Amino acid sequence: MIDRRTFVSKALSMGATLGASAGAGSLFASEPASGPAPKPSSQTPKKGGTLRVGFTQGALSDSVDPATFSNDFMFAYAYGVFNCLTEIAPDGTLVPELAESWEASPDARIWTFHLRQGIQFHNGKPLTADDVVASINHHRKVDSKSSAKPLVADIVSIKARGSDTVVMELNSGNTDFPFVFSLYNLVIHPAEGDSIDVTSMNGTGAYRVHTFDPGVRAVYQRNPHYWKPDRAHLDTIEIILVADPAARLSALITGGVDLIDRPDLKTLHLLERHPNVKVEQRTGNKHYTLPMLSDVAPFTDNNVRMAFKYSIDRQEMVDKILKGRGVVGNDHPIGPTVPFFNTELEQREYDPDKGRYYLQKAGLQTLNVKLHMADNSWGSDTVKGGVLFSESSARAGLKIDVIREPSDGYWSNVWLKKSFCASYSGGRPTADWMFTTSYAKGVAWNESRWDNAEFNRLLVAARSEFDLERRREMYFDMQKLVRDEGSTIIPMFGNYVDAMSHKVMHADQVASNFDLDGQRFMERWWLA
Amino acid sequence: MNAIITMILKRLGLGFVTLLVVSIVIFSAVELLPGDLAQEILGQSATPETVAAFRAELGLDQPAATRYFTWLGQILTGDFGHSLANGRSIADLLSIRLGNTLFLAAYAAAIAVPLSLLLGILTALYRNSLFDRAANVITLSSISLPEFFVAYILILFFSIKLQYFPSLANIYPDTPFGERLHRTLLPVLTLSLVVVAHMMRMTRAAIINVLASPYVEMAQLKGVSPWRVIVFHALPNALAPIINVIALNLAYLIVGVVVVEVVFVYPGLGQLLVDSVSKRDITVVQAVSLIFAGTFILLNLIADVLSIVTNPRLLNPR
Repeated sequence: MIDRRTFVSKALSMGATLGASAGAGSLFASEPASGPAPKPSSQTPKKGGTLRVGFTQGALSDSVDPATFSNDFMFAYAYGVFNCLTEIAPDGTLVPELAESWEASPDARIWTFHLRQGIQFHNGKPLTADDVVASINHHRKVDSKSSAKPLVADIVSIKARGSDTVVMELNSGNTDFPFVFSLYNLVIHPAEGDSIDVTSMNGTGAYRVHTFDPGVRAVYQRNPHYWKPDRAHLDTIEIILVADPAARLSALITGGVDLIDRPDLKTLHLLERHPNVKVEQRTGNKHYTLPMLSDVAPFTDNNVRMAFKYSIDRQEMVDKILKGRGVVGNDHPIGPTVPFFNTELEQREYDPDKGRYYLQKAGLQTLNVKLHMADNSWGSDTVKGGVLFSESSARAGLKIDVIREPSDGYWSNVWLKKSFCASYSGGRPTADWMFTTSYAKGVAWNESRWDNAEFNRLLVAARSEFDLERRREMYFDMQKLVRDEGSTIIPMFGNYVDAMSHKVMHADQVASNFDLDGQRFMERWWLA
Repeated sequence: MNAIITMILKRLGLGFVTLLVVSIVIFSAVELLPGDLAQEILGQSATPETVAAFRAELGLDQPAATRYFTWLGQILTGDFGHSLANGRSIADLLSIRLGNTLFLAAYAAAIAVPLSLLLGILTALYRNSLFDRAANVITLSSISLPEFFVAYILILFFSIKLQYFPSLANIYPDTPFGERLHRTLLPVLTLSLVVVAHMMRMTRAAIINVLASPYVEMAQLKGVSPWRVIVFHALPNALAPIINVIALNLAYLIVGVVVVEVVFVYPGLGQLLVDSVSKRDITVVQAVSLIFAGTFILLNLIADVLSIVTNPRLLNPR
């Protein structure tokens, strides 16, 4: 096991790290996605100024309870006002945040996190290990309503050792475990006894809350004592909710705001021509899915699933639904920037003859199915995508009836209930996280109820596998299994698109795990 | 006069019964919507376990009737309760939003009501002239266009091209009054364009109707000027229908402006209601619905009282 000092200096020199035992350290150092240190930005950040942002998502019902964060407004709040134990760097690798370093037992089952020293909450209280334990336990407790509960369910015990060390014991080994702590739900609050105060807005982050009016706006002011030396450039940030796409657009053009997320794709080519505005996009892990319930006929037969997979015209979908702002998917959920992305898989193309071949292999000449979708299942224009699919699959002998469901209540009434529907995923920073939460047997978000013995075996084995080559092989195999035997069609990956005035600046490399630099734009971006 | 007070009391009593019925209807309607707050907030990331924990925390696992009567008991003691979603006090939430909504409605009414009365009188005076036709065509066109379209056109010209007014009407409690007027002028113009036609046409029709009566002919024969005939002889007798239409439009300005609120990002009650319905935050939905229903009841009452007061025949029935 390497000692902490060596580890940290090595981490800093690499600009990217995932701490573990010596084996894991070298493992991730040679990972292609980690690569060399990111190129330093050509521009030097400037201090000061007020950034006004127009946001799409956010609601009156938003609560500051970290168990309930579910939209961009709250993600920005979480990463702006608080810190996590770990952070996803712009290049997709994991770097230390409140945890200065960490190491695992050889079986990756017991994890020790060393906290950074001298960190204070906004009210002056120093950060201790008890705060971390209380914050994580908020999501673990029996009556927790947290959407992060399944992610921390594997923790058997979590203990503070002294004031600067936290030891967690897992049910089974997991080499990617520290990635989980970069999630917005798992921000660190000050402990109040054994628990945390869920109404508190007292964090260790770059910004303090000045005004917080859910459904309307939030105003943040720079934390003068922020511990990261090269972050938090803006004095004030005002985030206004502008749900209407046209209103967001006109607010940007007229200078009412400096930055908007999710501009309307239909008019994006016109916006790009506007002299005062720059449009930016990044391909991330966000992907659109068409899950088929694998335990409901006719989808129990993999030949039927393959028939559908070959009958969707992916490029046409990207061109017409995403207006070219995305890339085709290959029926597995791992994005190209995720470590262990399978580079050897052949891209699946639209081939109705093959579709018909698989349909006949299933003993069928034609097949009628109903595809349930709401227009917002993929963000927008989902039903149009369904109609395109219906047209392209007709040539393979498939007949898809697109059923338009109401957007309101879609996730509680249609998704996971109808045998064929539309969904999306923001993607996850590691293959293990993605597969464990959405493709493993019996988990809550396994939207196709897929259960593949070989896949489930590999998934568990890969978690505690420290040999780089073997691990890579396992993840490559899992992606192939999902692609060829899975019960989810993944036609495309969508880009994160945002638009801003020319004075909004950021480093050359911008994260692609969420919108707006992984929703860390508050502490990373600046005004020219 | 006693008759009026009796009527007001009677109508207020009926109003309370109406509010009660409205609250039952709204509560049942939200109950009938698929899904509940726990599912809507957790959305795609919900698991059966976390949904159950969420429901238990909010008391959503209680039967609907129990929840309704608990809520009713609180309301009767003047407690609007707390938002289920984030625990904020509904009274605080409403006071700011209601203030904003009333401000927008009052601002729009201050422009639209005098304007439509004046146009109504002028078009009655110069009826069938070019002016009359132009005024009718313009106001009828603006009422025929959907609000969001009128709003986008105004934004395009006054905000994007001329840059006189901001496209976002985002006002906050600390916004100075002068700036409020400036920031909200575009939504106010939009609303005015939508409501002017109705009030103007009713004013015009009511006056023209009265102009056919014998006493108006008498006044004209005596040589009273046409302007004086309309303002002093015809208008007072045409007030009742005009007041009713104004009350209807004022109620609309308070309860029906959600589209304008969305387009201009104005933090009013309409957005609050839509947001709360989509999240099934039933305590907020109920509170806002009561305010909306109360607005209708009160404005109709005022309109009726004013109609009676301005009409001596109704004021002193034989």
